[in-house]
Amino acid sequence: MTDIAATASPSTQTTTLPARLAKGFVDRLVIIIPYLWLLFFFLVPFIIVFKISLSQTAISMPPYTPVLDFSDGISGFFAGFRELNFDNYTWLTQDALYFNAYVTSLVIAGISTILTLIVGYPIAYGMARAPATIRPTLLMLVILPFWTSFLIRVYAWIGILKPEGLLNQLLMSLHIISQPLVILNTYTAIFIGIVYSYLPFMVLPLYSSLEKMDYSLVEAAEDLGCPPIGAFWKITFPLSLPGVVAGCLLVFIPAVGEFVIPDLLGGSQTLMIGKTLWNEFFSNRDWPVSSAVAVILLLVLIIPIMFFQQAQAKAQEQGR
Amino acid sequence: MNSTWSRFNITSIVLGFAFLYLPIVLLIVFSFNESKLVTVWGGFSTKWYVSLFHNQGLMDATWVTARVGVISATVATVLGTLAAITLTRYTRFRGRVLFSGMVFAPLVMPEVITGLSLLLLFVAVGLDRGFFTVTLAHITFTMCFVAVVVQSRLVSFDRSLEEAAMDLGAPPVKTFFQITLPVILPAIISGWMLAFTLSLDDLVIASFSSGPGATTLPMKIYSQVRLGVTPEINAACTILIAVVAIGVIIASIANKRREIQRQLDEQAAQRG
Repeated sequence: MTDIAATASPSTQTTTLPARLAKGFVDRLVIIIPYLWLLFFFLVPFIIVFKISLSQTAISMPPYTPVLDFSDGISGFFAGFRELNFDNYTWLTQDALYFNAYVTSLVIAGISTILTLIVGYPIAYGMARAPATIRPTLLMLVILPFWTSFLIRVYAWIGILKPEGLLNQLLMSLHIISQPLVILNTYTAIFIGIVYSYLPFMVLPLYSSLEKMDYSLVEAAEDLGCPPIGAFWKITFPLSLPGVVAGCLLVFIPAVGEFVIPDLLGGSQTLMIGKTLWNEFFSNRDWPVSSAVAVILLLVLIIPIMFFQQAQAKAQEQGR
Repeated sequence: MNSTWSRFNITSIVLGFAFLYLPIVLLIVFSFNESKLVTVWGGFSTKWYVSLFHNQGLMDATWVTARVGVISATVATVLGTLAAITLTRYTRFRGRVLFSGMVFAPLVMPEVITGLSLLLLFVAVGLDRGFFTVTLAHITFTMCFVAVVVQSRLVSFDRSLEEAAMDLGAPPVKTFFQITLPVILPAIISGWMLAFTLSLDDLVIASFSSGPGATTLPMKIYSQVRLGVTPEINAACTILIAVVAIGVIIASIANKRREIQRQLDEQAAQRG
């Protein structure tokens, strides 16, 4: 008996035909259920967005009732599909507002990503070098804010940053400033909001690559006379690069389309594409134009997203 | 390692955690403020909590959010676990690249895009927007997070355990439920919790996919925040934070206990 079990590989164990058929059926079911779900709720919606972005504003619009009831607008809605045109896109390129919104969003997301990296790296490094016994606790402390509502964390900053807010009260009572600083409703507030909200996304991948690192390499470099900062740039930073890339992508991509932070902290003077899309949809009720905005945003982000997927797939291969 | 580096490490950790936690602490502190001004301390009071419970709109929204969260997290956990198994176990099937793309892309996809596209899907198929559509939308974007969490556990899973069970004659489905599932259960539980809190949190996707009668708590908070910052919102936020914090702490204690139990079992097995 033991001999048979030892020689037979697990794949040949299910030898009877019904058993193999059953296994094949289960295998297929395991793949098909999530596959179909994602196809229908993730991929198909994009195709619909693309189609609507090509339809004419007037034809495909649902009725302008406050409750947005579509029951009688469906036929008109589909009629829009037949008359595809690129008017919405030409309109987007002609209006400088949209172009500016895209560029500003990319720049803000880029700067915020670098700031998040600068703030997050020392934290991740400190965690990775902490005694092994307290590392799980530190890790949980980084993850915990992520569990509390994003909206709440952004909201908390309003009370801190506004002209009569806590930061200004503190600075004025310390006589560092005499006039309250105007931070809320500026781009500075958006930077603070993004760095704060996305910090765990940066720290976690950085930490996981720094923790795996072999620090005897750094010690060897220092023994050979390399100054600590030189050793950091020559050894630690290059070895943590996968974490840096993953962290930056996890911050940059969602930050480009961020809505809550520019809306609550940026005020009406700041311009970001996520807010533009939201306003186009909810205030102007212009679905085709907001669809076109979404399509272009997706095109802008497709390269970083594919980059991210490749990094994920690679990490998965290595973990296997 | 010399002492200047470790001092630098401690300082950066302390400053980093202060930055992460101070805003939340201040928010909680000012929810107990007597004064209506959120930023001026007027003495300790719990009156905002009392007025909160008399705010019918807020209570309704909380109920909607809790139901959406439980249902969507549960379905998303099943789907996400299946997706994780597909990603780790079936390395060759047609359309695998597309599949892994569809699992990873929603993790970073800007919410406005996901929200808009789901809304347009619901309109196209003629679904009335409301409780059901919000739940569907939340299942879709949270299942990918569950998939990633469960997948990371499956990757490090020792497959010889499964092989042993199948060598002893257990059919694959039984092997899954008796061997694989118990081992990946902690990841499945944390996946469920992650899905639940993501659903609890979500403003953008819910705003797009929701309809009349299905206002979630974040939507309610958002509409009130736009009118101005009040201690009542602070109180609502504090309760939400408390609920999540208690859940996370209970889960981590349970996890720790299980870990200790497992170590004891292993030691006993080695002795025996």
